[in-house]
Amino acid sequence: MINKIVFNLLQVIVVMAFSPLVKGVIDYLKETVQSRCGPSIFQPYLDIWKLFHKDEVVSEQSSWIFRFTPYMVFVTPIFVTLLIPVLTRYPLFFAFMGDMLGAGFILALGGFFATLSAVDTGNPYGPMGASRTRMVGFLAEPVFMIVFFTVSFVAGSTIPYIVQKVWVTPLSNFFEPSHVLVMLAFIMLIIAEAGRIPVDNPSGHFELAMIDESKGLEYSGRGAALMKWGGSMKFFVLVSIFLNVLVTPWGLAQGNSLGAVLLAIPLILLKIFAFIIVLVVIESSFAKLRLFRIPEFLVAAFITSVAAMITYFF
Amino acid sequence: MIDHSATPTLLTQLNALTGGLFLLSTFGVIAVRQVLGCLKMFIIQSLLLSASALFLAYYYSSVHLLAVAAIALGVKPFLIPYLLRRTVGEELTSRREISQVLNISTSLLIAAGLTVFSYFVAKPLLSVSGGIITAVNLPIGISALFIGAYVLTVRREAVPQTIGILTMENGAFFAGISIASGLPFIAELTAAFDALIIAVVMGILIRKIHERVGTTAVGGMKALKEE
Repeated sequence: MINKIVFNLLQVIVVMAFSPLVKGVIDYLKETVQSRCGPSIFQPYLDIWKLFHKDEVVSEQSSWIFRFTPYMVFVTPIFVTLLIPVLTRYPLFFAFMGDMLGAGFILALGGFFATLSAVDTGNPYGPMGASRTRMVGFLAEPVFMIVFFTVSFVAGSTIPYIVQKVWVTPLSNFFEPSHVLVMLAFIMLIIAEAGRIPVDNPSGHFELAMIDESKGLEYSGRGAALMKWGGSMKFFVLVSIFLNVLVTPWGLAQGNSLGAVLLAIPLILLKIFAFIIVLVVIESSFAKLRLFRIPEFLVAAFITSVAAMITYFF
Repeated sequence: MIDHSATPTLLTQLNALTGGLFLLSTFGVIAVRQVLGCLKMFIIQSLLLSASALFLAYYYSSVHLLAVAAIALGVKPFLIPYLLRRTVGEELTSRREISQVLNISTSLLIAAGLTVFSYFVAKPLLSVSGGIITAVNLPIGISALFIGAYVLTVRREAVPQTIGILTMENGAFFAGISIASGLPFIAELTAAFDALIIAVVMGILIRKIHERVGTTAVGGMKALKEE
């Protein structure tokens, strides 16, 4: 019992510690692919460290929502981490507190507060980015629903620890069309949710083209650090749901000992690194879509998930 | 005939995967905006079709289907695009966006509806003859048939309309080889070369239209004579 609580907290520490590294590696690889000289892979850590030591400026006109939001954005991925398999194959202490849909809603809660705070300050770019994020968000929602309904229907459960076993036992299940289509739909979903290139440019600071970035413009000091850190943790959580539940549940700790769980950390990082390479290839070979093409991208993701559903149901 | 047990093996899973990707590439024909992209989607679809024929040949251990797979592989992904390129010319590679009657998002949703509909259409057929392979391939083939007809209706350009016809043909082929593995070889051969003739005739027609009117946007042609 005490073991499971410790491992659950260890998961949170792993997510907190390595999520800026993932962001740094993505940025570094992207710059390398585009034959530019990128910052070190530890730059996000330095950024967060720097921001924590700076003064915070909060507008007098803003309400409590503005001050509350960074904590919300920071805490929601941590709650989700308690529910999903990051390191172990067997359910941990908090695993049955909520299912995958619950995890999705908790993540959406953080996004909801970020949207509210962007509108709160009256900065002209904030509401614009917020409304665009909502547009992407509500179009991504049906994809999210259908992917998880399909997955849960196949597994007969919505708890991620149970779902992860279904697609790979026996191994020929891996090649089931609904599985492959669900994977494709979920990659498109991650790209849309994390603001990656065909949908949004994460490194772009051109006001009229920004979607995700403009929501955090008003934050400074500690607030900005928490927003950045929370954003990279959200990405880490989404990727580990994708890898550990839907694609490759291999490399997770089987045993109950601390050594086995610690060994799982480099393995999961390796898996995420492989995923990052795929993501960098996608990001470097596509152009950012125009705003009114984004619905087409998400409808394509929706169609893929619907195809996954109907090839399984019939 | 071998025993069609209902347990999924790696082979039937691979066949089902080919079917799923076939369906996805059929959606791709609708989703893509440019003529060349449309043709690429058709090439991918034809490659998947011949892969499916190969799996079926192995499954039913039938030499005829192996020959069908070879012909499909030779004719559809390589010969037809080559012929279209030769007959249609530079109109194929122009990077113009294709105009559509309905926008792409709506078209994709309608395509999803057509797919569900085709599953309902296939259901009574499957209750008559239902192997594990047919259950997967028949509805996907029928839905490709419907989606090809839809592309033919909605697009306003001659080349994508041709690709719509060829998609319909691919769908019929995909459903056909799964439902009747013992079809006479000559019928399969005729079907494959019919597609070739369609491509040539359409290509020449498109070329003539282009010479006369100066564009291949046939959706704009309402009257037979110029006023």
